[in-house]
Amino acid sequence: MVGTGWKDIPIGGMILEAGNAVKYRTGAWRAFRPLRGEAECIHCFQCWIFCPDSSILVDAENEKMAGFDLEHCKGCGVCASICPVNAKVIKNVGEKLAREDARLCIRMIEEGKAQE
Amino acid sequence: MSTFEALTGDQAVATGMRQINPDVVAAYPITPQTETVEFFAEYVADGLVDTDFVTVESEHSAMSACVGASAAGARVMTATSANGLALMWEVVYIAASLRCPIVMSLVNRALSGPINIHCDHSDVMGMRDSGWIVLFSENGQEAYDNLIQAVRISEHADVLLPVAVCQDGFITSHAVERVEVYEDAVVKDFVGQYHPQWSLLDLEHPKTYGPLDFYDYYYEHKRQQVEAMEHAQQVILEVGQEFNLKFNRNYGLFEPYRLEDAEVAVVVTNSTAGTARVVVDQLRSEGLKVGLLKPRVFRPFPARELAAALGHLKAIAVMDRSISFGAMNNAGPLFLELAAALALHGVCAPMTDYVFGLGGRDIVPREIESVYRDVLRVAETGQVERMVTYLSVRE
Repeated sequence: MVGTGWKDIPIGGMILEAGNAVKYRTGAWRAFRPLRGEAECIHCFQCWIFCPDSSILVDAENEKMAGFDLEHCKGCGVCASICPVNAKVIKNVGEKLAREDARLCIRMIEEGKAQE
Repeated sequence: MSTFEALTGDQAVATGMRQINPDVVAAYPITPQTETVEFFAEYVADGLVDTDFVTVESEHSAMSACVGASAAGARVMTATSANGLALMWEVVYIAASLRCPIVMSLVNRALSGPINIHCDHSDVMGMRDSGWIVLFSENGQEAYDNLIQAVRISEHADVLLPVAVCQDGFITSHAVERVEVYEDAVVKDFVGQYHPQWSLLDLEHPKTYGPLDFYDYYYEHKRQQVEAMEHAQQVILEVGQEFNLKFNRNYGLFEPYRLEDAEVAVVVTNSTAGTARVVVDQLRSEGLKVGLLKPRVFRPFPARELAAALGHLKAIAVMDRSISFGAMNNAGPLFLELAAALALHGVCAPMTDYVFGLGGRDIVPREIESVYRDVLRVAETGQVERMVTYLSVRE
């Protein structure tokens, strides 16, 4: 098995490098994918606050919500459920459907036709 | 100057804990706890130690608090016994696996059921594969001495493993004996300051203890534990040597008694070794060439050294204060491991096992003498009639 040998890793499974979970890509676990109707987004950052995996991308300069880090997002749907009533622009869509036609899904969200 | 005091084994351990003055002690405060923790609670109340004393609601929590405190960088101690250890189970393994140098006083008592509170070694034998270093003590003095050394052994950079210091429940834990108590300052100087290498509270260097560790690295971390265990033997010897010089004692991996010119020997740990020594002297006065070996370090198991010490014998009897149910011939764990060690190191003296003293059943010189007479007969005939004897069990 590929990897570092036992002499060259910290003892006891300790992780000494802060924030290195970013190197561990967990997006492949996802069964659902969050999609956003960008035009209607009010950039309230509720999704950013609640995301348990720091997977909400932010354009800090322009103070905008910029999308999802799909290499780490596990599709839990917290962002979709927290998205405020007056926006409701994030929907958690089945991964298979989202992969096949994300554009269609987003359009449906924007037109208010998408179901959870 | 050291002083000589009349102390129970529990008091001797508590005295050691007072002198060591650990940062954190987390322990379950009621039965099956020993008096050690009660005495220590008094030291805390009287301001004799600075220890953060955490009285938890179970032994599982006790060991969990110890692991947390140790990861935070504290010098940590605890004490337990019998079913208390059994309830710690899950976290006992975690303490060793996360490489937490915790020192535990373990008063050996029988596991339930039926319910029993008295001495045998079934508690500690259950933890033999957990990754802890295990030291046995014949009396309160040895429990005290081992406890002081255990701090140095566990915290050694090449080891970083927890240590259990054992003594016999009630027989030594509650019996008052003469104990040489060293000067506080000298003990403090011997154990020194703990300088944790990976403190969770070192905010400049954030780190994670105990993350998920799958098939890709778990195995490597287990291999590291093996390495630490291998280093432990040398460290135990070095710390022992320093201790012996400073306190005029004689700690090694085990203690031989009149073994050099012996033809047969008994191998037995903890308090029973003291009784066996009397029997050895008595039989020696009859001209019988008998000896004794008292293991001190059970983990790591000093197989090669034991083989070298016992290799000249014509027959060997092991006395086990627990049973490994369903193991070969339903023998005891000490016999099983020693038999394997001797066989693999080319010692082919016939061996027998004597299970004894379960649930605190008394063991008296007459019974140990019967073991010696048996093993002398084995030496003479070369025949093992019965591999395992359940000594003094009523038929």
